Amino acid sequence: MIKIANVSKNYGDFKVLTDCTTSVSKGEVIVVCGPSGSGKSTLIKCVNGLEPFQAGEIIVDGTSVGDPKTNLSKLRARVGMVFQNFELFPHMSITQNLAIAQVKVLGRKQDEAMDKGLKLLDRVGLKAQANKFPGQLSGGQQQRVAIARALAMDPICMLFDEPTSALDPEMVNEVLDVMTELAQEGMTMMCVTHEMGFARRVANRVIFMDHGRIVEDDEKEAFFANPRSERAQQFLAKILHH
Amino acid sequence: MGYQWNWGVFFQPSATGDDTYLGWMFAGFKMTIGLSLSAWVIALLLGALVGVLRTVPNKLLAGIATAYVELFRNIPLLVQLFIWYFVLPELLPESLGNAFKQSHPVLQQFFASMVCLGLFTSARVAEQVRSGINSLPKGQKNAGLALGFTLPQTYRFVMLPMAFRLVVPPLTSEFLNIFKNSAVCSTIGLLELAAQGRQLVDYTAQPYESFIAVTLAYIAINVVVMTLMHKFERRIAVPGYIGGK
Repeated sequence: MIKIANVSKNYGDFKVLTDCTTSVSKGEVIVVCGPSGSGKSTLIKCVNGLEPFQAGEIIVDGTSVGDPKTNLSKLRARVGMVFQNFELFPHMSITQNLAIAQVKVLGRKQDEAMDKGLKLLDRVGLKAQANKFPGQLSGGQQQRVAIARALAMDPICMLFDEPTSALDPEMVNEVLDVMTELAQEGMTMMCVTHEMGFARRVANRVIFMDHGRIVEDDEKEAFFANPRSERAQQFLAKILHH
Repeated sequence: MGYQWNWGVFFQPSATGDDTYLGWMFAGFKMTIGLSLSAWVIALLLGALVGVLRTVPNKLLAGIATAYVELFRNIPLLVQLFIWYFVLPELLPESLGNAFKQSHPVLQQFFASMVCLGLFTSARVAEQVRSGINSLPKGQKNAGLALGFTLPQTYRFVMLPMAFRLVVPPLTSEFLNIFKNSAVCSTIGLLELAAQGRQLVDYTAQPYESFIAVTLAYIAINVVVMTLMHKFERRIAVPGYIGGK
């Protein structure tokens, strides 16, 4: 589904990504972790072309992201993305947030888009908030709406960029529950997150990044039981304490 | 100090005999409003366009927009007015220049003033619009693009609706400025409010009454503009967000 081959990216002399190679198969759930500044968010943003890269190749469902001839908008419409800061559109009601891209990008009818939006809203447990505005919801609720908004486009895979990092601790679980459910239904997911409990429960593989390189790319069990690199061992030791 | 107050002066027939002095004032008032509103339409449309272009990734478009803003922002309004009124008609192709010079003098003055004020203010509006767009969280643009919107769609549906809401307060002060700046157009002979005030002094030798009336008229215009813009601001407020409930 997603193939990342020898991807490198730099800002001037500063190397953000160096020779990253990995892949995500259909139905697979990948967790990408690593210290801040390690390039994990940049890598996931390269997957749908929000960040350009200078070398290597990324193929999503047969389409090359880096190819200048690729219609990126078309590709992005099929790849769902959830952001750290939710990024709902504050001037639209929740239902409008869910419907607008369906109507303007996919060409669905307004009614049809509204119905689909409401169904997904129900699924993330927020039907009662349909007519509110994003600023009237809690962070956890906003993030669940953001997930529903991405799902409304019937994506072939979902990218999560630290979806719980900006949340109050008590709201983290409501978002992780939605993500877990999604994973269990067979959605292909690439998640940048520090939630190791989530990784343990639902990930197939864990990628560990440091200084722009993919240091480990392992089956979940192997990664947690016996990380190969010293850097990953230190990282796990630090964040698994609590 | 021996000044003879005479508020009745406004009701005396004017020197030309076809009107009262109050009528002169009212004519100037209408001219100021007509000029400022038409210039404001130009300023808003062009300013919005240029402000947006300053933020697009295309370097050429952004460069042109930046040059536009710097040009109109860095030349004094009065000098720009003289250029539009005295210099530009000479630089136009002869037939067009002559057509301008042969049109009704008031039309010439009005047209030059409207274009001048409109473009001058558009550069300032552009800066406000640009700062509004730049003050949005960067993730908003990414969120729009990630949903499959093209860049123009992302501006249209995601960024501009919020950016314009953010800049309503600074745009209100530009709107007020355009009424005040319109007084500069009296220097090319356009009989707007300030010019009528001065003319009144020449004809009646009652400067205090004249300019008190002019002052009150400008204040009245601006109070109305502020009230309307404040209402507008509240109407477009986003629930749970700046200024919203």
